[in-house]
Amino acid sequence: MSKKVHVTTSVNHEPVEFLCEPRQSLLEVLRDTLRLTGAKEGCNNGNCGACTVIFSGVPVNSCLVLAVEAEGATVETVEGLADHGHLHPIQKCFLEGAALQCGVCTPGFLVAAKALLDHNPDPTEHDIRFGLANNLCRCTGYDKIVKAVQAAARELQSLAK
Amino acid sequence: MPVVFIPTPLRDITAGTAEVAVEGSTVRAVVDALEQRYPGIKTRLCRGDSLAPGLQVSIDHVMTTRGLRATVRPDSEVHFLPVIGGGKGVRCSGTQPLIE
Amino acid sequence: MSHTDELYLGKTSYQVLGKRPVRHDGADKVTGKAVYAADVQLPNMAHGKIVRSPHAHARIKSIDVSEAVKIPGVFAVVTAADFPNLESRSEVMGEGGPVNLAHMAANCLAMGKVLYKGHPVAAVAAANVHLAEEAAAKIKVEYEVLPSVTWVLDAMKDDAPLLHEDLRTDSMGKKGDRPTNVALHLQFEKGNIAEGFQQADIVVEREFRTASVHQGYIEPHATVALWNEDNRLKIWASTQGAFNCRQQVAQLLQIPVSQCLVVPCEIGGGFGGKIAVYLEPVAALLSRKCGRPVKLVMQRNEVFEATGPTPGSFLRVKLGATKHGKLTAGEAWLAYDCGAFPGGVIAPGCMCVFSCYELPNARVDGFDVLDNKPKTQAYRAPGATQAAFACEQVIDELAEALGIDPLEFRLKNAASEGTRRVDGPVYPRVGLVECLHAAKNSDHWKSPLSGANRGRGIAAGFWFNIGLASSCSGSVHGDGIVTLVEGSTDIGGTRTSIAMQLAETLGIGAADVLPQVGDTDSVGFTFLTGGSRTTFATGLAAYKLGLDLQAQMQERAATIWECEPAAVEVKNGVYSRNGQSLTFKELAGKISELGLDPVVGRASVSPEGSTNAFGVHIADVEVDPETGKVTVLRYTAIQDAGKAVHPSYVEGQMQGGAVQGIGWALNEEYFFDRKDQMRNASFLDYRMPTCLDVPMIETIIVEVPNPSHPFGVRGVGETPIVAPPATIANAIHKATGVRMTVLPISPPALWKALSEKS
Repeated sequence: MSKKVHVTTSVNHEPVEFLCEPRQSLLEVLRDTLRLTGAKEGCNNGNCGACTVIFSGVPVNSCLVLAVEAEGATVETVEGLADHGHLHPIQKCFLEGAALQCGVCTPGFLVAAKALLDHNPDPTEHDIRFGLANNLCRCTGYDKIVKAVQAAARELQSLAK
Repeated sequence: MPVVFIPTPLRDITAGTAEVAVEGSTVRAVVDALEQRYPGIKTRLCRGDSLAPGLQVSIDHVMTTRGLRATVRPDSEVHFLPVIGGGKGVRCSGTQPLIE
Repeated sequence: MSHTDELYLGKTSYQVLGKRPVRHDGADKVTGKAVYAADVQLPNMAHGKIVRSPHAHARIKSIDVSEAVKIPGVFAVVTAADFPNLESRSEVMGEGGPVNLAHMAANCLAMGKVLYKGHPVAAVAAANVHLAEEAAAKIKVEYEVLPSVTWVLDAMKDDAPLLHEDLRTDSMGKKGDRPTNVALHLQFEKGNIAEGFQQADIVVEREFRTASVHQGYIEPHATVALWNEDNRLKIWASTQGAFNCRQQVAQLLQIPVSQCLVVPCEIGGGFGGKIAVYLEPVAALLSRKCGRPVKLVMQRNEVFEATGPTPGSFLRVKLGATKHGKLTAGEAWLAYDCGAFPGGVIAPGCMCVFSCYELPNARVDGFDVLDNKPKTQAYRAPGATQAAFACEQVIDELAEALGIDPLEFRLKNAASEGTRRVDGPVYPRVGLVECLHAAKNSDHWKSPLSGANRGRGIAAGFWFNIGLASSCSGSVHGDGIVTLVEGSTDIGGTRTSIAMQLAETLGIGAADVLPQVGDTDSVGFTFLTGGSRTTFATGLAAYKLGLDLQAQMQERAATIWECEPAAVEVKNGVYSRNGQSLTFKELAGKISELGLDPVVGRASVSPEGSTNAFGVHIADVEVDPETGKVTVLRYTAIQDAGKAVHPSYVEGQMQGGAVQGIGWALNEEYFFDRKDQMRNASFLDYRMPTCLDVPMIETIIVEVPNPSHPFGVRGVGETPIVAPPATIANAIHKATGVRMTVLPISPPALWKALSEKS
């Protein structure tokens, strides 16, 4: 076991420090050290998106990011979406639209959808499907997920007015 | 009398007869009556005091979990069918009830 | 009495059913708080890792763990030798089917032989997962590599490598006399097929092949096992059935069933693949050895290589029809592989192959065949998709040859109440005809499709669905809320559909019922979540619980109003007598205020029989002739749900099953190399549909009430996966003139077929 590295970072807009081994992924540290188990391990090699977090403004597969890379970066996870107990419109739209069944891919989709809508507040259906193609879902067939993101886009736009 | 549909692999024991009417108010009684008429058929349908591994009985088109204990009406149709989800081994789609 | 009770109440309007409330576990699921098995963390927890065979078939000559146990931070190592001797209990039988314990144990940790690449051989527990991996790499296993086989027909040959030397073909109790890989031969016959084919004006016979595919749930198998100091074994599991898991673990470890407590965590998909245990007994053995809780989580490649795909198959289907389009006879020969141990899904395949049609004469032969692949498990309507891929294409060919519209051809021959299946039983009231009419009237079917290389396909599908045991209990609280404890692990939102049925029965709102899924200590025995049984059977239990609670509420009202309970009227959740009335909430408040006996109820059911769900799918595809790529332009799934309790989740089942089926049709397969090793054991190369690969999936819910449920509910979960590959194949045929008889219809395969045609 190699010597642990001390990392200073920001998680969900709060300063966080942790110790980790150089070989640990960000996903592993989020889940096992910081106890933020929202991000899920579906494949551990960047092919399912269940571990999606927003890393310095960019959606990434946290299984492909080393924890030491979080030094000086910002990390946003699904746990940071709700605001003081109020669900984010994306979360609300997923629930109202029944856009989840087993729910294990949901945190990844919510974070990826937030990143998508942050960059493209008025996406077409194709934009949404292209933007979320990194996130696998096996239960829903994606129909209600896409519709929930469309609904969230509309709601966010009306809130912005 | 209840009518038993003889499973295809057992029709060599019944000399090709596909449907047999026998007396019995339980599946056990019906199987015993079949054995009287077609010796050797019971060992194909049962093992000990239970249905043979991988078999389930359908009475009036409804699969029952009660096996030999299931009751049979005078106008019932009885079928012996494979348990859905596979025979030996770990149960599959969950259509096999749990073992005691 | 062995017949289903006629329970259908015939209500025409509902207060709660048919609405779309937000699911009760929603907030936790969208905020990352829901606890899945891999999220469980306990003090002093060790992490496990499994050592797996690199060979498809080999004898284990020796296992040397000496280097591994030396590593600091390694707490325990186990092999098959740590299981109790199960040979003498190799077949425990019950009135429903046996479980071969020795095989089950050997699939968790190999005994003597490894039978597929990835077969577990040993397991280690260490302070963290990286250390466990290091230790696992130091375990030295010596193998004698044997020849292997992974194609079902090759495995049936006389000179095929044999997996189990003591296996003989079982033909309904008659055992074959030669060693073989063919575990089972099934036969079904109805009428006289020789005469039936003679009556036909046209006969079509085709052969089909399908590759192994996996359920593809996004959450890998995971468990935490704690062998406690009081000798109780507590297991947190990702499982489709806590009681089912408990039973298997208890039997494998030869401990009494209630010595084991299983806590079903939230589960990230199952589809039939999380019924058999793999990790739980191993984690339990490790925990017992090292005195710590042990977490075992599969990596994705382990899920592919060592859990339970659906069979690869070979099918030959022959159908005959008159020139007016009436089917006269059918014959099918099906060989399904089952992987390393016997007990595959050939039976439902045989029973489903002609299940959508009125077929007066038919014969089906089916074979369960071992090969060097992981043991097959259920995958959503197990065995039916392969069968439909074959039958529905032959139906399509007959219709085309006779110049009859494919939908009309199916209507002419559709199974309905009174149709007898080839395996014998007769259908009660079922909804295939209604689904076909809904398809005919659908916007999709009525919309013209034009353009080059485009085609529309249609296919039908069927699955039996089951009932079996469910239990639940409930308490009425002083604020009128009812807490419900039920035993069905919730994979897709069923705790809400069950809560809705309780609410409907009591005349209260869905939000006034708070459901939870109990563990094996806290709820009565409940059979697993599978077989499309949950909304039906556990819903039935919730209905009966509602009646129990309502009767008690009536008694309390009678106490308050000083009369006999029979004098209290109950309607729509309002209790009244002689001009006085109390709502459910008000009465609950009074009970609490006056300190009357708390209202606590329970119910348990075990409904028999099937709820019989039929579906019809329509697909429009466009084929790129240069690449063989198929784009699904439009897709509609139509299904008889009996009564859609929560329409969003019924739609969700239809959409999810359809997309799994599209993946099965177009891309998914286990790719084996010359050493019979799977080469695409990752989501990169085992190519499941992403949201970019599919369009919106339109749904049409048909409701033909099921007589055996008070609200007419039928199971819905499995049927949606049966039709899609056939639907897509039929569409491709219309688009290109090419009949694709091998799954998957991946771009290289279709491109090759198109090139050969032109």
